[in-house]
Amino acid sequence: MTEQMTQTAVTRNPCRMCTPLGAVMVFSGIANAVPFLHGSQGCSTYIRRYLIGHFREPVDIACSNFGESSVIFGGWQNLQTGLKAVIEQYNPRLIGIATTCLAETIGEDIPQMVRRMQQELGSGGPTLVSVSTPSYNGSHTDGFHRAVKAVVETLAEDGPKSRHVNVFSGMISPEDIRHLKDIFSAFGLKTLLMPDYSDALDNGIWNQYEKNIESGTRIGSIRRCGQARATIEFGLAADVASSAGETLLRRFGTPLYELPLPIGVGLNDKFFERLGFLSGREVPARFKDQRSRLIDSYVDAHKYVFRKRAVLYGPSDLLVSMATFLHEVGIVPILCAASDGKGRFEDYLRENLDAPSDQMTVVEDTDFASIEETAEKLKPDLLIGDSNGYRMSRRLNAPLVRLGLPIHDRIGASRIAALGYQGTQQLFDRIVNALLEKQQTDSPVGYTHL
Amino acid sequence: MSGILEKRSKQIHRKGAQPFEMACEKHSLAGAVSQRACVFCGSRVVLYPIADALHVIHGPVGCAAYTWDIRGSLSSGPELHRMSFTTDLRENDIIHGGEKKLYRCLKELIDQYQPKAAFVYSTCIVGVIGDDVEAICKRVSSETGLTVIHVASEGFKGTKKDGYRAACAALAQLVGTGDVSRIGSLSLNILGDFNIAGETWTIREYYRQMGIEVVSTITGDGRVEDIRRAHGAKLNVVQCSGSMVHLAKHMQEWYGIPYLHVSYFGLQDMSKALYEVAEFFKNDDVVERARSLVQSEIARAMPELTRIRHDLIGKKAGIYTGGAFKAFSLVESLRMLGMTTAFVGSQTGSLDDYKRLEAFCDERTIIVDDANIMELVRFARETNIDLFIGGVKERPVAYKLGIGFCDHNHERKISLAGFEGMLNFAREVHMSVMSPVWKLIEGRKGNSRKNSND
Repeated sequence: MTEQMTQTAVTRNPCRMCTPLGAVMVFSGIANAVPFLHGSQGCSTYIRRYLIGHFREPVDIACSNFGESSVIFGGWQNLQTGLKAVIEQYNPRLIGIATTCLAETIGEDIPQMVRRMQQELGSGGPTLVSVSTPSYNGSHTDGFHRAVKAVVETLAEDGPKSRHVNVFSGMISPEDIRHLKDIFSAFGLKTLLMPDYSDALDNGIWNQYEKNIESGTRIGSIRRCGQARATIEFGLAADVASSAGETLLRRFGTPLYELPLPIGVGLNDKFFERLGFLSGREVPARFKDQRSRLIDSYVDAHKYVFRKRAVLYGPSDLLVSMATFLHEVGIVPILCAASDGKGRFEDYLRENLDAPSDQMTVVEDTDFASIEETAEKLKPDLLIGDSNGYRMSRRLNAPLVRLGLPIHDRIGASRIAALGYQGTQQLFDRIVNALLEKQQTDSPVGYTHL
Repeated sequence: MSGILEKRSKQIHRKGAQPFEMACEKHSLAGAVSQRACVFCGSRVVLYPIADALHVIHGPVGCAAYTWDIRGSLSSGPELHRMSFTTDLRENDIIHGGEKKLYRCLKELIDQYQPKAAFVYSTCIVGVIGDDVEAICKRVSSETGLTVIHVASEGFKGTKKDGYRAACAALAQLVGTGDVSRIGSLSLNILGDFNIAGETWTIREYYRQMGIEVVSTITGDGRVEDIRRAHGAKLNVVQCSGSMVHLAKHMQEWYGIPYLHVSYFGLQDMSKALYEVAEFFKNDDVVERARSLVQSEIARAMPELTRIRHDLIGKKAGIYTGGAFKAFSLVESLRMLGMTTAFVGSQTGSLDDYKRLEAFCDERTIIVDDANIMELVRFARETNIDLFIGGVKERPVAYKLGIGFCDHNHERKISLAGFEGMLNFAREVHMSVMSPVWKLIEGRKGNSRKNSND
C-alpha cells in the first residue's frame, strides 16, 4: 500500500538532498572535468561541505556566484567570469554546468548562454555540458541521472561500431565501481563506465603539488558511447525520461539493458547472465565461488534473520534491489521509504519481487519525521539507510546498517560495498552482525558464543 | 597550473617591507572556489541555536537539507532547533507562489510543536517569485498570538555578513519585549557564542562564579523569553566580531547598553574577557573573584600546557576561520604553545580586523581574505606547515597534503573556549601533529622521498 505524503505542507527533516548535488557527482567522475553551478554561492559551498562530509575527500565545485545584479540583469557576466576563472585555475577539458533553482527561476536561457560561451572559447577550449537541475524539481538522484543524460547527449558522436559496452552504473560507492570494473574485466568486456569517481572521490595522499582532476571516465571514450555494442543501465525505478540509455537507443539504436542494481543472489544471477550473453563467456570460476560462499553464509545465518523486520530508506533505485535481496534471505522489509519516488516505485517492486510481501508499507516523497512516526508503530528490528536515520535508530533502539549517501558519522563511506556477490556478502555480514550485536547486548547473560 | 587568480591578488597580503594594504568584504569572485556560503548561511548560523523557537526555511529542499543538525550547538532543554523544517517548494509552488504553503506550514508546525517564537528564513527563489513572506508572518502571528519573525536571508542578496545583519535585525524584534523587573545591576548578556560543545555553559559558569547574572545567551542555548528580556542587562559582552556587533550596536542605541568585544579562546584572551567585565562593574568583590578564578584556572592548566609545548616548539601552523576575531586568539594561543603562524585568513574579516591582525603577526606571515581552496593548498605547501586550523572544507585538503588539523569551526564537538578549552585545543593540536601516521607519507617534511623500511 503506497502512501503519498503530500497532505502536509511541511517537510520535517528532509530525506533527500537537492538536484544539483547529483550532477556534481557525475561531473566529478569525468576525467579532466570540473563541476560548476550556475547560481548562488551557497549552493556550491553547501554541496561541497556535504560531499566532503561523506567522502572525506576534497571536493571542488566552482560557481558563478550570483549577486543581486545577476538576479536583475541575468547571470551571463558571472557565467563568463566564473568559467574563465575555472579554466585558468584547473585547465579542464570539460566543464559540467548544473543550474540552481535561482538561475532557473529568473528565466535564464542556459543552453543558449552555454552555446554562446562554447563559441567564444573556440575549439581549443573545454567542452561545456549543461544540465537543468533546479532544486524544486526532483532529488539528488534525479540530478544524477539527468547529468549522465546531458553528458551523453552533448558528447556522443556517430562512428563505426565498437565492441565496447556502456555501463551507466548510477549513484554507487567508489568501492562498488571498482568491483564492477573488475567483474567486466574478468569477462573480457571492454566497457565505458560512467561516471567513474572511484578515484576522484576516493584516492590516496597527494604526492604531487597540486590537486589533479585527471581521473575518471575519459572524454574521448564518452564520445564513442553511441558506437557501443550495448548499454547496461542500473536502477531507474524512478524516471525513464532521464535515461541516458534511452537517448542512445533512440539516436544510435544501441541496445539497452536496464537492470536493477545487482544486490543479492537473484539479481546478481540476472546480471552475470547478461554479462555471459554479452561476452560469450562462462561466468569466471571465482564469481561462482563467491556465489557459492554467499549462499552458504545465507544458510549459516538463516535463523538469525528469519522474519526480522527492516525499515529501508533512500533512493528508489537502491530500495528496489535491497527489498529484493532482503526478501531472499527471509528478512521482511516492512517499510520502504523512497526519497525520490515518482510513482513507479511500488509497481516496480511488485513486478520484481517474486513474492511481494503484503506486510510491506511503501511511502514516497516523504520526510524523516514521517518515516520515524511510521517506523515507531511498525517496531522494526533493523534500519538500513544513510546516517540521517541515526536519530530514528537511537529513538527506536534498533541498529542502523549504514548504506547510501550521506554517511557522515562513520569513516569508510566510500568503501561500503553492496554490488556483486562479493559486495552482497559484505553487506549481508554487516546486517547479520548488527542483529547479533543487538541480541548480545540486550541479553543479560553476556553470551560469548552465538 | 594553479596559482593566485590575478583578480584575487589584492585580497592577499604578505607582511614585510611594503605597507599594509588589503581588499576585503567583497562578493566572492565567480569561479574561485571560495569557502564561504551565502546570506542564508550567515542568518542560519546565528539564529539556529535558539532552541525553543521554530526555524522554518521557506524555499526548496536543499537549504534545509544541508543545514540539518550540522553544528554542535547544545541545548540544556528543548531541542526544536535540531529539526530542519522547510516548505520544500516544488515547481508548482514556483509557478503559483508559495505563500499558501508557507501559511499552512506555519500553522501546522506551531500547532504541533508549540514554540515560543518562529523564524521564517527566505531563500534565493523566494525573493524572485515575489512571495510576501512578511505578510504571511504577520497574519500567522495575529491568528496564533505567536511572534513570527521574517528573516530576509535570500542567498544572493550579498554575502554571509549580510546574513548576520539580517539575523541581528530579527533578534532586535525580540529584544525589548520582555519583563525586566527582576534583573539586578550585576548583569550581562553573552552575545556571539553559540554553545558549541557547551562553551556557553563554561563562560556562563565563570560569570556566575564572579557573581554576575547572565540574563540571556544570544544565541547559544538560547531561549526566546531570555532574549526578550535582554535589554534588562547592564552590559553586552560580544564575541565574534562580525556576527553580533549589529545587535550590540542596536541595543546600545535603543537601550543604552554598552558592549565589550571579547574572545574566549586562549588563556590570555579568556582572562582579559573576565577582567574587563569585572572592571566594567567597578565592584571590588567581582574583581577579586575574577582574579581568583583566573589564577586557579591558569594554575590548573599550565603543567599540561607546558608538557605539550615542549613537543610543539618550532612547529608551524596555518589558520583559516569564518570570522576574523578568532584568528587573533589562535595566533596568540599557538605562540603560547611555541608554534608560529605562517598564514592566516578568514571568510568575513573587515579591514580593521586585518590591519590589527597584520600588526600582531610575525614578519612574512601571509594574510588572506575569502581564500579559495587553490590558494590554501599553495600557502600550505609553500610554508611547509605542520598544522592547519579550519573547518570541514579545509580538513580533507590538509589531510591530503599530510598536514595535521585542528577543527575550529562550528561543527566541532570539543569545547575550545575558556581555560578548559585551551587545554582541549592544546591536546587536539598535539594529538594531530604528533601522530605517527605522518611518517608513512613520502615526501612530507622530515620523511625521505623513497619510503624506507625503518
